[in-house]
This record gives sequence, structure tokens and C-alpha cells, in this order.
Amino acid sequence: MAKQSGTELPEEDLLKKKDEALENPSRRSFIRTVGTTGMAVTAASVLVGESLISQPAVAQEPPDAATAKLVGPGPVRMTLNINGKDRSVVLEPRVTLLDTLRDHLDLTGAKKVCDRGTCGACTVIINGSAMYSCSVLAIDVAARPGAPAAKIETIESLAPVGQLHPVSQAFVNNDAQQCGFCTPGFVMASKAYIDKHPHPTYDDVKASLNGNICRCGTYMGVRRAVVEAAQHMAAKGGNA
Amino acid sequence: MADFNWPAADKRTLIGKRISRVDGPWKASGTAKYSYDANLPRMLYGRMVLCPHAHATIKSIDTSEAEQMPGVKAVDIITDMGVGKEVLWAGKEIVAVAAETDDQARDAARKVKIDYEVLPYLVTDTTPENAQGYTQQLNEQTQGDPDAGFKAADAIIEGTYGLTTITHCCLEAHGSAAQWEGDKLTVYASTQSVTGLTQEYSQSLTAKGIPVTAANVRILTPVMGGGFGSKFQADTWGISAAVLAHKAGRPVKMMCERDHELMVAGMRPSLYAKVKVGAKSDGTLTAWQSESWGTSGPAGGANANLPYILQVNLPYKRRHTAVHTNVGPARAWRAPNHPQFCLVTMSAMEDLAAKLNMDPVKFLLANMKYAGERSKGFGTKDYEQELAKASELMEWDKKWHPRGDKTPGPIKRGVGVSLHTWAGAANTSSCNITIHPDGGVELSMATQDLGVGTRTSVGIVAAETFGLPLQAVNVNIGDSNLPPAGGSGGSTTIGGVSSATRLASTAALNKLLEVVAPSLGVTADKLEAVGGKIRVIGDPSKSVNWKQACAKLGASTISETAQTPRANTPQRALVSSNVGGVQMAEVAVDIETGVVRMQKFVAVQDCGLIIDLKTAESQVFGAMIMGVAYALFEEKIMDQQTGKMLNADMEFYKLGGINDVGELVVHMMTGPGYDERGVIGLGEPPTVSPGAAISNAVANAIGVRVPTLPITPAKILEALGTIPKGGMA
Repeated sequence: MAKQSGTELPEEDLLKKKDEALENPSRRSFIRTVGTTGMAVTAASVLVGESLISQPAVAQEPPDAATAKLVGPGPVRMTLNINGKDRSVVLEPRVTLLDTLRDHLDLTGAKKVCDRGTCGACTVIINGSAMYSCSVLAIDVAARPGAPAAKIETIESLAPVGQLHPVSQAFVNNDAQQCGFCTPGFVMASKAYIDKHPHPTYDDVKASLNGNICRCGTYMGVRRAVVEAAQHMAAKGGNA
Repeated sequence: MADFNWPAADKRTLIGKRISRVDGPWKASGTAKYSYDANLPRMLYGRMVLCPHAHATIKSIDTSEAEQMPGVKAVDIITDMGVGKEVLWAGKEIVAVAAETDDQARDAARKVKIDYEVLPYLVTDTTPENAQGYTQQLNEQTQGDPDAGFKAADAIIEGTYGLTTITHCCLEAHGSAAQWEGDKLTVYASTQSVTGLTQEYSQSLTAKGIPVTAANVRILTPVMGGGFGSKFQADTWGISAAVLAHKAGRPVKMMCERDHELMVAGMRPSLYAKVKVGAKSDGTLTAWQSESWGTSGPAGGANANLPYILQVNLPYKRRHTAVHTNVGPARAWRAPNHPQFCLVTMSAMEDLAAKLNMDPVKFLLANMKYAGERSKGFGTKDYEQELAKASELMEWDKKWHPRGDKTPGPIKRGVGVSLHTWAGAANTSSCNITIHPDGGVELSMATQDLGVGTRTSVGIVAAETFGLPLQAVNVNIGDSNLPPAGGSGGSTTIGGVSSATRLASTAALNKLLEVVAPSLGVTADKLEAVGGKIRVIGDPSKSVNWKQACAKLGASTISETAQTPRANTPQRALVSSNVGGVQMAEVAVDIETGVVRMQKFVAVQDCGLIIDLKTAESQVFGAMIMGVAYALFEEKIMDQQTGKMLNADMEFYKLGGINDVGELVVHMMTGPGYDERGVIGLGEPPTVSPGAAISNAVANAIGVRVPTLPITPAKILEALGTIPKGGMA
């Protein structure tokens, strides 16, 4: 860990801060006993909540991102606020929000396509704004010291099972989907847009949804769908 | 008795109407589960090690360090790879690993050590003269006396036209999740060929030492995220996922990463041609000559069927040279070869019309005799009607002007036209219809829905036959355990599945009518199924509703299976082939920046009897948008220095966005004369014309031809002489 040289002061400072962050006494003493580098990581599929998820199982309690200022590269316990619920996952800090949702929480509505912030298929709403979840690390939206977890909305939250949000309904009505792989991203980008711009024109929609790519070519339907959904939502006085 | 023929137009309640796709809510709510979404119990993630060289021999493979990496459960050297094997393109899969998490699999893949001997290669779309040693010249083909034809011409143009290789870029990458239970394999595959894959898995795995019968392979594809012709095979990654799952004793999901997808999992061949074409002063063609070349990757090469459409009895001379390059091999790309042939031909025709100072629509009309008869009994009136309809929708007569927009300012407008055709005959599929005593109707067939609306269309056909609402039919597709279906290629699906469904449905209905007839005091041939009732023909007061009718089945069910009708049977009239259409594009070109903006784009398309007008129109819109992308943006940029694709990502492999496509207008040719032709495929034909129509519109706007697609700003400025020519690719 710390380099044995004259430059170790900052490094020691960091470690001290890390210890302060891990102010939970029982865990602190435990980590002191085994050392922070000695975490043997094995992997297994474990059942968390209702969904079967695959994540590394750690031999002992990992640091908690909500309290530890310095974490990684090993697995960290993170608390994410997804669709109004706190969800706890233990993942390496390098894991993206998209992979966290899809591979570890079985929320597969957001799709992995370009995986580098170009196509919009992974769009979710974070604190009210449309974001590419492939380009956000889960740790950056998890609860951190002094900062609560960001509020993440995925397409799964838009409507109860068996019902459709007005944006989704408008996509169906206007056949704004073919293979459907880009659709959840378009729906979330559209929803975030309508929430901020409740009365878009057809031309506004063309200018506003350029961050999402469809390969089947459903743009004509999307343009009509967003205008229709906005009109419907405005008539109902907001969010459906 | 129910008649198998399609109902007359005035009797149709569902067929030909605009109906929302039945799986729309599933997709638009994010609950549809694609192969990429599979999260199976104890599932591992697979990743592949790709060859970084365009041409190499493998000298050694060392997987020992990778095997020791955290989370790794299985390592597989790809079937056709190994020490001493030759690799013919960058991105070829050499080794696959499976680990607990995607990141662990990727970490482990990086630890595989492979030594290569790098060999000479060619990756660029160069001319045959510059590709010595990589070419295969095909025999010259002639028809009539082209030399005499050129002598008789009043005007001759010569030009070079072409389009680069592009890639499919399916948004759901190629891949699958494979799961073994004993000697049975289940594959959640993103495929265009659910039934066909069972054989391929059986053969490939048995050859690899994992014997499995086709009957023990189950392919599941409830939805899939785009194929466009690139997803017919199990592919290296599919077989490898099954091998790794077998080795690890746990399910393995392996999806291609985006760079791999763009490098290897999709490719449309390039085509370039030096063309000479002559005509009389009235526009009638006299002769065609072309020297063409292009690449399909390391192998392949067939004569280019030039000129496109206008070739019946036209004297021509043509010769093609295949250039073999070290690029991932070609896959069928929506209407294979037609967009290429169309671009070369329609560009040359428009250049010739411009030389004659003729409106290109009038030029095409003057040459209809060379188009031959597209559809029996139509002569050439189908193209003529489509040209007239497209002209009306585009306001062609108002918008067309001789070459070069003379209005002041940097924005130049122009219009262009193109024709296309496609066969679209039916594939062979089977459908089972089961009617339950509680009134439930179950439709089962293995076929896949690529996003074109297949699930909806077969439901419409069955519901129409039974006089029931669409929701009354429970449609099961995308499962190889269901009655076998042909692959979805060549726009053959809709004919195959709709006719099989119609025959199975009428057979099942006739069984039901036999059961019901005694209670209505007539024979079955006096009954019909309309509006949720079984009623006496001509006496609607005598009826039973559907539920009551089915209740008479007691404890039994009706189960009828039918196949797409064979040629030369009366039932074959349900389907036919040979569709076509006309497209007209209007563009605005900024001659200072070279940027082309789509203004309006009109498609007039025929596809015989339309099952669902809404999803049919969506197919055409989609094809036009894909066409705008390959006309203006898409290019697989290969680098001869490194042998690699430079833009294997979606940032620099450009697809059009929602603001790039202008206003699109679709008109489907329907009604008398068209409906009687039966059902014909639609997915591919409207993708053929966009390149040519847009290229012609640009030439009309700026006064000069941009010879190759994509028409980038740099090529516009080169064509205008604003910047020096970079030379042909």
C-alpha cells in the first residue's frame, strides 16, 4: 500500500481519512485485523431480494461507500436509490450504473448497445435529467459521505406491471418501435424531456431527441408519439 | 365452409387495416426480454479474444494465466482456431473465456497470450489495378450487340460510381445465452432463423465432441433486437457459449461487444463500376457497358447484375472483378446487392438524362420496355403508376429543374428519382391452430419477429379467419419446439407465415363448423364465422356465439397444422412474388460546408396484399431512414497501415438521428390489381432505392455527380472543386 519513501505523508493522510470514514467500530477493528489488502474475493451467484443476481461474494464485510471516503479497487457496498427504493449491492467501483442495473439487479429495460455514451439505449433519469447509464459509474450515484444516493428512475418505474405510462402508450399507438431495442431509452429520454418541456412541437422533438439512435428507423413514429404523449399528459395535468 | 382464399376487400375487418403491434406494450414498457437481457440462475459471462491482425498465422496460444484469473470457470479455443491456423481478418475470435462477471471475463481475456506471424494483407476498397494478387476476374458477359448500340447512340456518358462497405450495426449485438440440462441445450439466441439453428448447433457441437441431437436443441427468440440479414448463423460466439456452458456446467451468456459487432458481425459488400451508357436523342437506351469491382471480404465474388432493372433486351457488355480483402466476411444486408446495382445504374441513367437535358422521370418512362414485366399481367404499368404517384406526392414537376440549382445563395436544392424491385416469395413455414372448448384460440409456429410485426400479422390472419378480435388469438412464436418455420431472409417471412396461418385457421374453423352445424339445423357449408359468431350464411338471426360454439367440443380440442402452400397448387394463390417501387428524394446542399440535408423523401411501394397497414408503412419508413444513413453517413473505414477498422464504435460509425431524415412520405400501392396478387414480402425492397435517389438529388442540386456513397461534406466539396480530390477509394 503506502510507499516506503519520503513521500508517504499524503498517503498516510489518506489512510487516516479512510479509517475515519470507516468509523463503525466493529468493522473497523475487523478490517484492522485482516488488513485492507487481504480481502480474498471469490465469486458466486447470490440471491438478493427477489432477483437472482451475480456478484462477487466477499470473504468479509466490504467497505461501505456511504461512509468510506476512499474505496476500491475491490468490491464496495453501495446503496443506490432506484425507483424510489434503496438497493444495496456489493460491486467494484469500476462497474457502470448500466451493468449494475442489468447484470446485478435484473433491471434490463435499459439496454447496452454502444457502451460509450453515443446511442442513448441505456438512458435512465437521474435526479430528473436523462443520462446515459453506460457512462455513469454506480459509485458516483450511490450514497457517499455527506451526499445521499441520487434518485435513479428506470423504465421499470414508469407504470405498474400491466399498465402503460402515457409515453409508452404513445409509442405503441404511433408504432414508434420495431425491434424495440432502442425503445426503452427513447421512452426515458422522451419522458425526461416532456417533464421539462410540457408543450413540445413536432420540430422541438426533432431537436431534442438527437441523443438516441434507432437502427430500424422509427423516427417518424417517435416524433408523433412524443407530441401525443405530451398533449395527453398536459390534459391530465402532469405525469399521467 | 370457410374458404382458404383471402377474404374480399369489403369483408375484411382486420386485414389491411392500421393495427398496433401486439407486442408493442411489452417493448415500450421495457419488459420484453431479449437474449441480451437473459439473467439465468448461476449464469456466467463470456468474452472473446480477438485477433488484432488483418492476416496472420497463430504461432502459439497460452491460456494458463487467464485460467487462473479470479472468477474464471471455463476457457475454450475457438473450433477453427489453434496453433498453425491462418487468420484472415482482424477481429477473428481465437479464444473465449467464461467468468462470474462480465468484468472478470474481460480481465481474463486480456491475459490470454497469443503469438502471431503477421502476413501481408489488403483491407481497403481499392481498384483491381491497385489490388494485384487479391483479385478474381469473372468472365465477361454480353447480351445483343453493345458495340452497334453505342454506334447508334446520339449521346453517351461515361462515369464511375460506387459505394463503400458498410456494417449492419444491429442494436442488439449478436450473441446468445446457452444453458444445458443433461444432454439438452437451450439457447436464448438473437437470430433470424429459430428452426434452422437447431441443426447448426447439433452439427457444430457434435463435431466439437459434444454430441447433441437437433431435437435436443431448443432455440428461444421471443423478441430480437435487429438482424437485417446478419443473424442467420449460430456463429463462433454462439457455439462457443454452448461449449463454455458445457465445460463449466453453468449457463453462459456471450454477446459481442460493439467494436466486435461492427468489425465482424456485419458487412455489406462494396461495389464500384466504370460505366458507359448510350441513348438516342429521345432518351431510349441503346447500349450499356460496365467494368465493376468490389469486395465481400476474403472470399466470394459474383458477377454484378448490371444494369439494374433496365436490362431486358438492352445490349450490354459487363465484367466484374472480385477484390479479396482481409476484412470480416460479408453477410446478407437487407436486399443483398440490390442497393449497389441500383446506385450504379440509376446514377448513370440520371447522368445520361442530364446530358440529354431530359427530366429523368420522362427518361425512365421512355425506357420502360427495358424493365420488362415485373408482375404478370401488369406490363410496365406498375412502374408507370408508381412514378406518377411519387411525382404527385413530391410535386416533382414543380421541383425538378435542369442540373444545378441556379438560385442565388449557398443552399442548393434538387430532386432525384430511382426504381427498385425485389422477389419476396414465401418461405416454407408451418402453423398449428388449436381451438379449446373454452373458446381460446392458440396459434403456434417457430417463426421469429425481427421487429417487422410478424407476431401481429399472423394473429391478424387467424383472428380475421375466425371473425374474432385480434386479442382473442394467443400467438406463440420464437420457439424451435413449435411447428418449424423458415428463416427470415429475402423478405420471405410474411408470405410463408400468413399463408400457413390462413390454411391452418380455415381447416380448424371448418372442423368447428362441422361440430356446430347440427345445432343450427344446417350443414357446415352453410355457415360462416363473423363478428364473434358462427351464423347461417344469409340468415344472421340463426347463430351461436364463439364461446357457445366451442363449448360443443366437450372435452376435446381442434388442432390443425398447415404448411405454406407449394407451387402449382390452388392455395399458392395466397402468395406471389416480385414487388417494386419508386422513390424520390429532395435535398438541400450547403455548397460552402458540403453538408447535405434531407428535405422530403417519398416512397411509393407495392407488396401485394397488405396484412397490417401500420407495420407495413413502418417497414418502409425504416427502410428509407436506413437508406438515408447509408447514402450520407455510413462507411466502414478500413486502414491499410494497421489493417483495422478505424470507426468500430457508434460515435464515428455514423447512423442518422431523428433530425437527419427530413420529412418522409410513404404510399402503399393497394386496392384492385394489387391485392389480388396475394401476400409478398416487404422488408427489403424499400431499402434499395434511397442511395440512388439521394445521389441523384444531390447531382440535381449542385450540378455535378458525387461519384460514391456515402456523400460526405468532403466529397461534395471535392466534386465542386472547392478542395482537391482525394482520389477514388
